[in-house]
Amino acid sequence: MNAFHKLRDRIAVVGVGNTAYGNFPHTDDYGLGAEAFRRAIADCGLDKNKVDGLAVCRVPYYARMGEILGLAPRWTVQFPPHGRMSAMAIIEAAAALDAGLCDYAALIYANIGRSRRLNYGGEESPGVWDPFGFTSPGAAHALMFQRHRALYGTTTRQLAEVSVAFRHHAGLNPDAVMKQPITIEDHEAARPITEPLRLLDYCLINDGAVCLILTTKERARDLKQKPVLISGFGAREAYRQSSIANFDLNFWYDEVRDVAVQTYGMAGVGPQDVDALMCYDNFSPTVLFSLEGLGFCGQGESGAFVEGGTLRLGGRLPTNTDGGHLSCSYMQGWALNVEAVRQIRGQCGERQVKDAEVVQFVAATPCSRSIIYTPG
Amino acid sequence: MSTMKPRPHIDHISRGFWEAAREGRLTVQRCDDCAHQHYPGAPICPNCLSDKQSWAPASGRGTLLSWVRFHRAYWDGFRDDLPYNVILVGLEEGPLMLSNLIGAEPESLKIGDPLQVSFEAVDETTTLPKFRPA
Repeated sequence: MNAFHKLRDRIAVVGVGNTAYGNFPHTDDYGLGAEAFRRAIADCGLDKNKVDGLAVCRVPYYARMGEILGLAPRWTVQFPPHGRMSAMAIIEAAAALDAGLCDYAALIYANIGRSRRLNYGGEESPGVWDPFGFTSPGAAHALMFQRHRALYGTTTRQLAEVSVAFRHHAGLNPDAVMKQPITIEDHEAARPITEPLRLLDYCLINDGAVCLILTTKERARDLKQKPVLISGFGAREAYRQSSIANFDLNFWYDEVRDVAVQTYGMAGVGPQDVDALMCYDNFSPTVLFSLEGLGFCGQGESGAFVEGGTLRLGGRLPTNTDGGHLSCSYMQGWALNVEAVRQIRGQCGERQVKDAEVVQFVAATPCSRSIIYTPG
Repeated sequence: MSTMKPRPHIDHISRGFWEAAREGRLTVQRCDDCAHQHYPGAPICPNCLSDKQSWAPASGRGTLLSWVRFHRAYWDGFRDDLPYNVILVGLEEGPLMLSNLIGAEPESLKIGDPLQVSFEAVDETTTLPKFRPA
Protein backbone atom coordinates (compact mmCIF):
# COMPACT_ATOMS: atom_id res chain seq x y z
CA MET A 1 0.00 0.00 0.00
CA ASN A 2 1.26 3.46 -0.90
CA ALA A 3 1.66 5.90 1.99
CA PHE A 4 -0.57 8.43 0.25
CA HIS A 5 -3.50 6.02 0.38
CA LYS A 6 -4.19 7.40 3.84
CA LEU A 7 -5.69 10.39 2.01
CA ARG A 8 -8.63 8.22 0.93
CA ASP A 9 -11.92 10.06 1.61
CA ARG A 10 -10.16 12.81 3.57
CA ILE A 11 -10.57 15.65 1.07
CA ALA A 12 -13.79 16.85 -0.55
CA VAL A 13 -14.71 18.95 -3.54
CA VAL A 14 -17.26 21.36 -2.09
CA GLY A 15 -17.73 23.97 -4.78
CA VAL A 16 -17.63 23.94 -8.57
CA GLY A 17 -18.21 26.67 -11.11
CA ASN A 18 -17.75 27.28 -14.79
CA THR A 19 -18.29 30.14 -17.18
CA ALA A 20 -20.15 29.84 -20.44
CA TYR A 21 -17.98 28.24 -23.13
CA GLY A 22 -17.36 29.89 -26.49
CA ASN A 23 -15.65 32.87 -28.09
CA PHE A 24 -15.32 35.83 -25.72
CA PRO A 25 -12.94 38.43 -27.16
CA HIS A 26 -14.40 41.15 -24.90
CA THR A 27 -12.85 39.61 -21.76
CA ASP A 28 -9.56 37.99 -20.76
CA ASP A 29 -8.15 35.11 -18.69
CA TYR A 30 -8.65 36.98 -15.42
CA GLY A 31 -12.22 37.94 -16.26
CA LEU A 32 -13.08 34.34 -17.06
CA GLY A 33 -11.25 33.00 -14.00
CA ALA A 34 -13.00 35.50 -11.73
CA GLU A 35 -16.41 34.51 -13.05
CA ALA A 36 -15.73 30.80 -12.49
CA PHE A 37 -14.52 31.55 -8.94
CA ARG A 38 -17.63 33.64 -8.19
CA ARG A 39 -19.85 30.77 -9.34
CA ALA A 40 -17.92 28.17 -7.33
CA ILE A 41 -18.16 30.33 -4.20
CA ALA A 42 -21.90 30.73 -4.75
CA ASP A 43 -22.18 26.98 -5.30
CA CYS A 44 -20.68 26.08 -1.91
CA GLY A 45 -21.77 29.12 0.10
CA LEU A 46 -18.29 29.69 1.54
CA ASP A 47 -17.18 33.15 2.71
CA LYS A 48 -14.61 33.88 0.02
CA ASN A 49 -12.27 35.43 2.59
CA LYS A 50 -11.82 31.96 4.07
CA VAL A 51 -10.09 30.79 0.89
CA ASP A 52 -6.45 30.54 1.95
CA GLY A 53 -5.15 28.31 -0.83
CA LEU A 54 -4.89 29.29 -4.50
CA ALA A 55 -3.83 27.19 -7.47
CA VAL A 56 -4.02 28.66 -10.96
CA CYS A 57 -3.50 27.07 -14.35
CA ARG A 58 -3.28 28.90 -17.66
CA VAL A 59 -3.96 32.11 -15.75
CA PRO A 60 -0.99 34.36 -16.59
CA TYR A 61 -0.09 35.59 -13.07
CA TYR A 62 -1.28 34.09 -9.79
CA ALA A 63 -0.75 37.34 -7.85
CA ARG A 64 -2.96 39.40 -10.18
CA MET A 65 -5.63 36.69 -9.94
CA GLY A 66 -5.35 36.87 -6.14
CA GLU A 67 -5.60 40.65 -6.22
CA ILE A 68 -8.72 40.52 -8.39
CA LEU A 69 -10.37 38.01 -6.03
CA GLY A 70 -9.27 39.87 -2.89
CA LEU A 71 -7.45 36.84 -1.49
CA ALA A 72 -4.47 36.64 0.86
CA PRO A 73 -3.67 32.91 0.77
CA ARG A 74 -0.95 31.05 2.63
CA TRP A 75 -0.57 28.46 -0.12
CA THR A 76 -0.21 29.35 -3.82
CA VAL A 77 0.80 27.25 -6.80
CA GLN A 78 0.91 28.15 -10.47
CA PHE A 79 0.72 25.31 -12.98
CA PRO A 80 1.99 25.62 -16.56
CA PRO A 81 -0.70 25.94 -19.25
CA HIS A 82 -0.54 22.28 -20.27
CA GLY A 83 -3.58 20.08 -20.65
CA ARG A 84 -2.29 17.43 -18.29
CA MET A 85 -2.36 19.65 -15.20
CA SER A 86 -5.93 19.36 -13.89
CA ALA A 87 -5.65 16.18 -11.84
CA MET A 88 -2.05 17.05 -10.97
CA ALA A 89 -3.32 20.27 -9.38
CA ILE A 90 -6.22 18.56 -7.57
CA ILE A 91 -3.88 15.96 -6.07
CA GLU A 92 -1.39 18.65 -4.99
CA ALA A 93 -4.21 20.62 -3.37
CA ALA A 94 -5.48 17.50 -1.57
CA ALA A 95 -2.02 16.89 -0.13
CA ALA A 96 -1.68 20.56 0.90
CA LEU A 97 -5.09 20.53 2.61
CA ASP A 98 -4.29 17.32 4.43
CA ALA A 99 -0.98 18.75 5.60
CA GLY A 100 -2.71 21.87 6.87
CA LEU A 101 -0.90 24.19 4.46
CA CYS A 102 -4.33 25.68 3.76
CA ASP A 103 -7.92 25.08 4.84
CA TYR A 104 -9.87 25.97 1.69
CA ALA A 105 -8.18 25.72 -1.71
CA ALA A 106 -9.55 27.40 -4.84
CA LEU A 107 -8.27 25.93 -8.11
CA ILE A 108 -8.81 28.17 -11.12
CA TYR A 109 -8.28 27.33 -14.78
CA ALA A 110 -8.91 29.87 -17.53
CA ASN A 111 -8.41 29.55 -21.29
CA ILE A 112 -8.74 32.41 -23.78
CA GLY A 113 -7.18 30.43 -26.65
CA ARG A 114 -10.12 30.81 -29.01
CA SER A 115 -10.18 34.61 -29.05
CA ARG A 116 -6.39 34.68 -29.21
CA ARG A 117 -6.45 32.37 -32.24
CA LEU A 118 -4.07 29.77 -30.81
CA ASN A 119 -3.37 26.84 -33.10
CA TYR A 120 -0.99 24.73 -31.00
CA GLY A 121 1.68 24.25 -33.61
CA GLY A 122 4.24 25.89 -35.89
CA GLU A 123 5.88 29.09 -34.70
CA GLU A 124 3.76 29.04 -31.55
CA SER A 125 5.65 26.04 -30.18
CA PRO A 126 9.10 25.65 -31.76
CA GLY A 127 10.58 22.17 -31.58
CA VAL A 128 13.51 20.08 -32.69
CA TRP A 129 11.46 18.38 -35.46
CA ASP A 130 10.26 21.60 -37.15
CA PRO A 131 12.62 21.23 -40.16
CA PHE A 132 10.74 18.04 -41.12
CA GLY A 133 7.39 19.77 -40.81
CA PHE A 134 6.39 17.92 -37.66
CA THR A 135 4.51 19.94 -35.06
CA SER A 136 1.39 19.96 -32.86
CA PRO A 137 -0.03 17.59 -30.23
CA GLY A 138 -2.55 16.35 -32.80
CA ALA A 139 0.23 15.02 -35.02
CA ALA A 140 1.77 13.20 -32.05
CA HIS A 141 -1.55 11.48 -31.39
CA ALA A 142 -1.90 10.68 -35.09
CA LEU A 143 1.49 8.94 -34.92
CA MET A 144 0.30 6.90 -31.96
CA PHE A 145 -3.03 5.97 -33.54
CA GLN A 146 -1.34 4.94 -36.78
CA ARG A 147 0.85 2.57 -34.78
CA HIS A 148 -2.12 1.27 -32.76
CA ARG A 149 -3.88 0.57 -36.04
CA ALA A 150 -0.91 -1.33 -37.41
CA LEU A 151 -0.28 -3.34 -34.24
CA TYR A 152 -3.87 -4.18 -33.28
CA GLY A 153 -6.03 -3.60 -36.35
CA THR A 154 -7.93 -0.71 -34.73
CA THR A 155 -10.04 1.11 -37.32
CA THR A 156 -11.01 4.74 -37.83
CA ARG A 157 -14.67 3.66 -37.62
CA GLN A 158 -13.96 2.37 -34.12
CA LEU A 159 -12.26 5.66 -33.33
CA ALA A 160 -15.38 7.42 -34.58
CA GLU A 161 -17.40 5.75 -31.82
CA VAL A 162 -15.61 8.00 -29.33
CA SER A 163 -16.44 11.25 -31.14
CA VAL A 164 -20.01 10.18 -31.90
CA ALA A 165 -20.75 9.19 -28.27
CA PHE A 166 -19.36 12.43 -26.85
CA ARG A 167 -21.25 14.55 -29.38
CA HIS A 168 -24.43 12.77 -28.34
CA HIS A 169 -23.74 13.76 -24.72
CA ALA A 170 -22.99 17.35 -25.71
CA GLY A 171 -26.48 17.51 -27.18
CA LEU A 172 -27.82 16.90 -23.67
CA ASN A 173 -25.60 19.56 -22.06
CA PRO A 174 -26.78 23.18 -22.28
CA ASP A 175 -23.18 24.40 -21.73
CA ALA A 176 -21.67 22.44 -24.65
CA VAL A 177 -20.22 24.28 -27.64
CA MET A 178 -20.90 21.64 -30.33
CA LYS A 179 -24.35 20.06 -30.10
CA GLN A 180 -25.17 19.02 -33.69
CA PRO A 181 -25.34 15.19 -33.71
CA ILE A 182 -22.78 13.36 -35.83
CA THR A 183 -22.54 9.85 -37.24
CA ILE A 184 -19.67 7.47 -37.90
CA GLU A 185 -20.01 8.43 -41.58
CA ASP A 186 -19.61 12.13 -40.69
CA HIS A 187 -16.42 11.26 -38.84
CA GLU A 188 -15.09 9.27 -41.81
CA ALA A 189 -15.87 12.11 -44.22
CA ALA A 190 -14.42 14.91 -42.08
CA ARG A 191 -11.47 16.93 -43.30
CA PRO A 192 -8.14 15.21 -42.57
CA ILE A 193 -5.77 17.31 -40.44
CA THR A 194 -2.86 15.03 -39.60
CA GLU A 195 -3.88 11.75 -41.21
CA PRO A 196 -5.02 9.29 -39.89
CA LEU A 197 -6.76 11.88 -37.65
CA ARG A 198 -9.56 14.05 -38.95
CA LEU A 199 -11.27 17.18 -37.70
CA LEU A 200 -13.73 15.24 -35.52
CA ASP A 201 -10.84 13.53 -33.71
CA TYR A 202 -9.62 16.92 -32.50
CA CYS A 203 -10.71 18.78 -29.39
CA LEU A 204 -12.36 22.16 -29.68
CA ILE A 205 -10.51 25.37 -28.96
CA ASN A 206 -12.77 27.71 -27.01
CA ASP A 207 -12.66 30.30 -24.23
CA GLY A 208 -13.88 29.60 -20.74
CA ALA A 209 -12.88 28.99 -17.15
CA VAL A 210 -13.48 26.47 -14.40
CA CYS A 211 -13.08 26.64 -10.63
CA LEU A 212 -13.11 23.92 -7.97
CA ILE A 213 -13.05 24.55 -4.23
CA LEU A 214 -11.62 21.83 -2.01
CA THR A 215 -11.44 21.40 1.74
CA THR A 216 -11.22 18.64 4.31
CA LYS A 217 -14.12 16.25 4.82
CA GLU A 218 -14.80 17.74 8.27
CA ARG A 219 -15.00 21.34 7.03
CA ALA A 220 -17.09 20.22 4.06
CA ARG A 221 -20.00 19.35 6.35
CA ASP A 222 -20.68 23.04 7.08
CA LEU A 223 -21.10 23.99 3.42
CA LYS A 224 -24.08 24.09 1.11
CA GLN A 225 -23.57 21.10 -1.17
CA LYS A 226 -23.33 17.42 -0.43
CA PRO A 227 -19.54 16.85 -0.35
CA VAL A 228 -17.92 14.79 -3.08
CA LEU A 229 -14.94 12.87 -1.74
CA ILE A 230 -11.62 12.18 -3.39
CA SER A 231 -11.43 8.44 -2.71
CA GLY A 232 -8.49 7.45 -4.85
CA PHE A 233 -5.79 8.77 -7.10
CA GLY A 234 -2.62 7.69 -8.84
CA ALA A 235 0.26 9.21 -10.79
CA ARG A 236 3.09 8.21 -13.12
CA GLU A 237 5.16 10.25 -15.58
CA ALA A 238 6.75 9.12 -18.85
CA TYR A 239 9.43 11.61 -19.82
CA ARG A 240 11.66 9.34 -21.88
CA GLN A 241 10.35 10.46 -25.30
CA SER A 242 9.49 14.04 -24.44
CA SER A 243 11.49 15.57 -27.29
CA ILE A 244 8.49 14.37 -29.31
CA ALA A 245 5.95 16.26 -27.22
CA ASN A 246 2.75 14.43 -26.26
CA PHE A 247 4.00 11.12 -27.62
CA ASP A 248 4.70 7.66 -26.29
CA LEU A 249 5.61 4.65 -28.41
CA ASN A 250 3.57 2.34 -26.15
CA PHE A 251 0.58 4.69 -25.63
CA TRP A 252 1.51 5.33 -21.94
CA TYR A 253 0.16 1.83 -21.33
CA ASP A 254 2.55 0.88 -18.52
CA GLU A 255 2.13 4.25 -16.84
CA VAL A 256 -1.67 4.22 -16.95
CA ARG A 257 -1.61 0.62 -15.68
CA ASP A 258 0.46 1.83 -12.74
CA VAL A 259 -1.91 4.75 -12.19
CA ALA A 260 -4.85 2.33 -12.25
CA VAL A 261 -3.28 0.05 -9.64
CA GLN A 262 -2.60 3.03 -7.36
CA THR A 263 -6.03 4.61 -7.87
CA TYR A 264 -8.21 1.52 -7.58
CA GLY A 265 -6.10 0.24 -4.70
CA MET A 266 -6.56 3.48 -2.78
CA ALA A 267 -10.31 3.71 -3.44
CA GLY A 268 -10.93 0.01 -2.87
CA VAL A 269 -12.83 -0.39 -6.15
CA GLY A 270 -12.11 -1.77 -9.61
CA PRO A 271 -13.05 -0.90 -13.18
CA GLN A 272 -16.24 -2.95 -12.83
CA ASP A 273 -17.44 -0.53 -10.12
CA VAL A 274 -17.05 2.65 -12.20
CA ASP A 275 -20.45 4.21 -12.98
CA ALA A 276 -19.08 6.91 -15.27
CA LEU A 277 -15.67 7.74 -16.70
CA MET A 278 -14.37 11.26 -17.36
CA CYS A 279 -11.57 10.71 -19.83
CA TYR A 280 -9.12 13.39 -20.97
CA ASP A 281 -9.88 13.60 -24.68
CA ASN A 282 -7.55 16.09 -26.30
CA PHE A 283 -7.78 13.74 -29.29
CA SER A 284 -10.04 10.72 -29.69
CA PRO A 285 -7.22 8.10 -29.60
CA THR A 286 -6.34 9.17 -26.04
CA VAL A 287 -9.65 7.66 -24.94
CA LEU A 288 -8.73 4.28 -26.42
CA PHE A 289 -5.32 4.34 -24.75
CA SER A 290 -6.92 5.27 -21.40
CA LEU A 291 -9.44 2.42 -21.53
CA GLU A 292 -6.66 -0.09 -22.11
CA GLY A 293 -4.38 1.27 -19.41
CA LEU A 294 -7.15 1.37 -16.82
CA GLY A 295 -8.01 -2.24 -17.60
CA PHE A 296 -11.53 -1.80 -19.01
CA CYS A 297 -10.18 -4.01 -21.81
CA GLY A 298 -6.85 -5.57 -22.72
CA GLN A 299 -4.11 -3.75 -24.62
CA GLY A 300 -5.11 -3.51 -28.26
CA GLU A 301 -8.77 -4.33 -27.55
CA SER A 302 -10.15 -0.80 -27.10
CA GLY A 303 -11.39 -0.54 -30.68
CA ALA A 304 -13.71 -3.51 -30.27
CA PHE A 305 -14.58 -2.38 -26.72
CA VAL A 306 -16.04 0.98 -27.81
CA GLU A 307 -18.08 -0.45 -30.71
CA GLY A 308 -21.85 -0.26 -30.49
CA GLY A 309 -22.19 2.69 -28.12
CA THR A 310 -20.26 1.41 -25.07
CA LEU A 311 -19.34 4.97 -24.07
CA ARG A 312 -22.84 6.44 -24.48
CA LEU A 313 -25.27 7.13 -21.67
CA GLY A 314 -27.07 3.85 -21.15
CA GLY A 315 -24.03 1.97 -22.48
CA ARG A 316 -21.68 -0.19 -20.49
CA LEU A 317 -19.39 2.72 -19.54
CA PRO A 318 -20.90 6.21 -19.91
CA THR A 319 -17.90 8.41 -20.68
CA ASN A 320 -17.52 12.19 -20.87
CA THR A 321 -21.18 12.80 -20.19
CA ASP A 322 -20.71 16.57 -20.67
CA GLY A 323 -19.41 16.05 -24.22
CA GLY A 324 -15.72 16.19 -23.31
CA HIS A 325 -13.07 18.28 -25.02
CA LEU A 326 -14.24 16.94 -28.36
CA SER A 327 -17.72 18.48 -28.13
CA CYS A 328 -18.36 20.37 -24.87
CA SER A 329 -15.40 22.56 -24.09
CA TYR A 330 -11.61 22.59 -24.21
CA MET A 331 -11.10 23.07 -20.49
CA GLN A 332 -8.11 20.67 -20.46
CA GLY A 333 -9.49 18.16 -17.98
CA TRP A 334 -10.80 20.74 -15.53
CA ALA A 335 -14.40 20.67 -16.74
CA LEU A 336 -14.33 16.86 -16.73
CA ASN A 337 -13.49 16.90 -13.03
CA VAL A 338 -16.38 19.31 -12.48
CA GLU A 339 -18.65 16.96 -14.43
CA ALA A 340 -17.52 14.07 -12.20
CA VAL A 341 -18.54 16.11 -9.14
CA ARG A 342 -21.91 17.01 -10.65
CA GLN A 343 -22.60 13.38 -11.58
CA ILE A 344 -21.98 12.32 -7.98
CA ARG A 345 -24.24 15.14 -6.77
CA GLY A 346 -26.94 14.10 -9.24
CA GLN A 347 -27.09 17.54 -10.88
CA CYS A 348 -26.64 16.53 -14.51
CA GLY A 349 -30.23 16.70 -15.72
CA GLU A 350 -30.82 14.90 -18.99
CA ARG A 351 -27.29 13.50 -19.01
CA GLN A 352 -27.36 12.19 -15.44
CA VAL A 353 -26.03 8.67 -14.92
CA LYS A 354 -28.55 7.02 -12.61
CA ASP A 355 -27.20 6.45 -9.08
CA ALA A 356 -23.66 7.49 -10.00
CA GLU A 357 -21.53 6.64 -6.97
CA VAL A 358 -18.10 5.93 -8.40
CA VAL A 359 -16.94 8.40 -11.02
CA GLN A 360 -13.40 8.28 -12.35
CA PHE A 361 -11.27 10.91 -14.07
CA VAL A 362 -8.27 9.81 -16.12
CA ALA A 363 -5.66 11.57 -18.24
CA ALA A 364 -3.27 9.47 -20.34
CA THR A 365 -0.45 11.91 -21.03
CA PRO A 366 3.28 12.20 -20.28
CA CYS A 367 1.99 12.89 -16.74
CA SER A 368 -0.77 10.30 -16.37
CA ARG A 369 -3.23 10.79 -13.54
CA SER A 370 -6.52 9.40 -12.31
CA ILE A 371 -8.91 10.39 -9.54
CA ILE A 372 -11.92 8.51 -8.19
CA TYR A 373 -14.79 10.54 -6.75
CA THR A 374 -17.51 9.15 -4.47
CA PRO A 375 -20.39 10.63 -2.45
CA GLY A 376 -19.53 12.02 1.00
CA MET B 1 5.13 35.27 -41.27
CA SER B 2 8.07 33.72 -43.00
CA THR B 3 7.45 31.75 -46.17
CA MET B 4 10.64 29.77 -45.49
CA LYS B 5 10.58 26.37 -43.92
CA PRO B 6 11.87 26.31 -40.35
CA ARG B 7 15.59 25.60 -40.08
CA PRO B 8 17.24 23.48 -37.40
CA HIS B 9 17.90 25.22 -34.10
CA ILE B 10 21.69 25.05 -33.81
CA ASP B 11 23.30 25.51 -30.41
CA HIS B 12 26.44 24.33 -28.64
CA ILE B 13 24.95 20.83 -28.26
CA SER B 14 23.24 20.27 -31.62
CA ARG B 15 26.00 21.87 -33.75
CA GLY B 16 27.95 18.60 -34.07
CA PHE B 17 24.88 16.74 -35.37
CA TRP B 18 24.14 19.30 -38.08
CA GLU B 19 27.78 19.67 -39.13
CA ALA B 20 27.98 15.89 -39.60
CA ALA B 21 24.69 15.92 -41.53
CA ARG B 22 26.13 18.51 -43.91
CA GLU B 23 28.91 16.03 -44.61
CA GLY B 24 26.39 13.24 -45.20
CA ARG B 25 26.95 11.47 -41.88
CA LEU B 26 24.18 10.51 -39.46
CA THR B 27 25.20 10.70 -35.81
CA VAL B 28 23.66 10.12 -32.40
CA GLN B 29 24.95 11.45 -29.13
CA ARG B 30 26.99 8.85 -27.26
CA CYS B 31 28.13 9.04 -23.67
CA ASP B 32 31.93 8.81 -23.42
CA ASP B 33 31.60 7.16 -20.01
CA CYS B 34 28.77 4.60 -20.29
CA ALA B 35 28.21 4.43 -24.09
CA HIS B 36 24.47 5.20 -23.75
CA GLN B 37 23.19 6.56 -27.08
CA HIS B 38 20.47 9.18 -27.34
CA TYR B 39 18.91 11.78 -29.60
CA PRO B 40 18.30 14.74 -29.53
CA GLY B 41 21.53 15.81 -27.84
CA ALA B 42 21.52 16.67 -24.18
CA PRO B 43 23.94 18.42 -21.81
CA ILE B 44 24.44 15.27 -19.72
CA CYS B 45 23.84 11.55 -20.16
CA PRO B 46 20.33 10.50 -19.02
CA ASN B 47 21.76 7.15 -17.93
CA CYS B 48 24.85 8.06 -15.88
CA LEU B 49 24.77 11.91 -15.75
CA SER B 50 28.23 12.24 -17.29
CA ASP B 51 28.81 15.54 -19.09
CA LYS B 52 31.21 13.92 -21.56
CA GLN B 53 29.10 13.46 -24.70
CA SER B 54 30.17 13.01 -28.32
CA TRP B 55 28.41 12.74 -31.66
CA ALA B 56 29.11 9.18 -32.77
CA PRO B 57 28.44 7.70 -36.22
CA ALA B 58 25.14 5.87 -36.64
CA SER B 59 24.62 3.12 -39.21
CA GLY B 60 21.89 5.05 -41.00
CA ARG B 61 19.67 2.00 -40.78
CA GLY B 62 16.34 2.01 -38.98
CA THR B 63 12.78 0.77 -39.10
CA LEU B 64 9.49 2.53 -39.76
CA LEU B 65 7.64 2.80 -36.43
CA SER B 66 4.79 5.05 -37.54
CA TRP B 67 3.90 7.88 -39.89
CA VAL B 68 1.42 10.70 -40.43
CA ARG B 69 0.38 12.84 -43.35
CA PHE B 70 -0.04 16.55 -42.76
CA HIS B 71 -3.03 18.10 -44.54
CA ARG B 72 -2.61 21.39 -42.72
CA ALA B 73 0.30 23.84 -43.06
CA TYR B 74 1.42 25.09 -39.66
CA TRP B 75 4.14 27.06 -41.50
CA ASP B 76 3.58 28.82 -44.82
CA GLY B 77 6.80 27.23 -46.07
CA PHE B 78 5.17 23.79 -46.07
CA ARG B 79 1.97 24.86 -47.85
CA ASP B 80 3.12 23.76 -51.30
CA ASP B 81 4.16 20.34 -49.95
CA LEU B 82 0.69 19.40 -48.64
CA PRO B 83 -0.21 16.68 -48.04
CA TYR B 84 3.29 15.70 -46.90
CA ASN B 85 4.46 12.77 -44.78
CA VAL B 86 6.40 12.65 -41.52
CA ILE B 87 7.76 9.30 -40.39
CA LEU B 88 8.90 7.98 -37.04
CA VAL B 89 12.11 6.01 -37.41
CA GLY B 90 13.61 3.68 -34.82
CA LEU B 91 17.35 3.89 -35.42
CA GLU B 92 19.38 0.70 -35.18
CA GLU B 93 21.26 2.36 -32.27
CA GLY B 94 18.03 2.82 -30.30
CA PRO B 95 17.06 6.49 -30.44
CA LEU B 96 13.87 7.59 -32.23
CA MET B 97 13.94 10.20 -34.97
CA LEU B 98 11.25 12.03 -36.90
CA SER B 99 11.95 12.65 -40.57
CA ASN B 100 10.37 12.43 -44.02
CA LEU B 101 10.11 9.39 -46.27
CA ILE B 102 11.51 9.91 -49.77
CA GLY B 103 11.50 7.62 -52.77
CA ALA B 104 8.18 6.03 -51.78
CA GLU B 105 4.88 6.88 -50.10
CA PRO B 106 4.35 5.56 -46.57
CA GLU B 107 1.01 4.04 -47.64
CA SER B 108 3.05 1.49 -49.63
CA LEU B 109 5.09 0.43 -46.57
CA LYS B 110 4.32 -1.55 -43.44
CA ILE B 111 5.18 -0.65 -39.86
CA GLY B 112 8.48 -2.37 -39.16
CA ASP B 113 9.84 -2.06 -42.71
CA PRO B 114 13.57 -1.27 -42.97
CA LEU B 115 14.73 2.23 -43.90
CA GLN B 116 18.02 3.81 -44.89
CA VAL B 117 19.08 7.41 -44.30
CA SER B 118 19.45 9.64 -47.36
CA PHE B 119 20.65 13.23 -47.04
CA GLU B 120 18.86 16.13 -48.66
CA ALA B 121 20.64 19.47 -48.92
CA VAL B 122 18.21 22.33 -48.32
CA ASP B 123 20.81 25.07 -48.95
CA GLU B 124 24.55 25.60 -48.40
CA THR B 125 24.17 25.56 -44.59
CA THR B 126 21.45 22.96 -43.95
CA THR B 127 21.28 19.30 -44.88
CA LEU B 128 18.44 17.15 -43.52
CA PRO B 129 18.65 13.42 -42.84
CA LYS B 130 15.69 11.85 -44.63
CA PHE B 131 14.91 8.18 -45.12
CA ARG B 132 14.07 5.88 -48.02
CA PRO B 133 13.02 2.23 -48.09
CA ALA B 134 16.10 0.00 -47.61
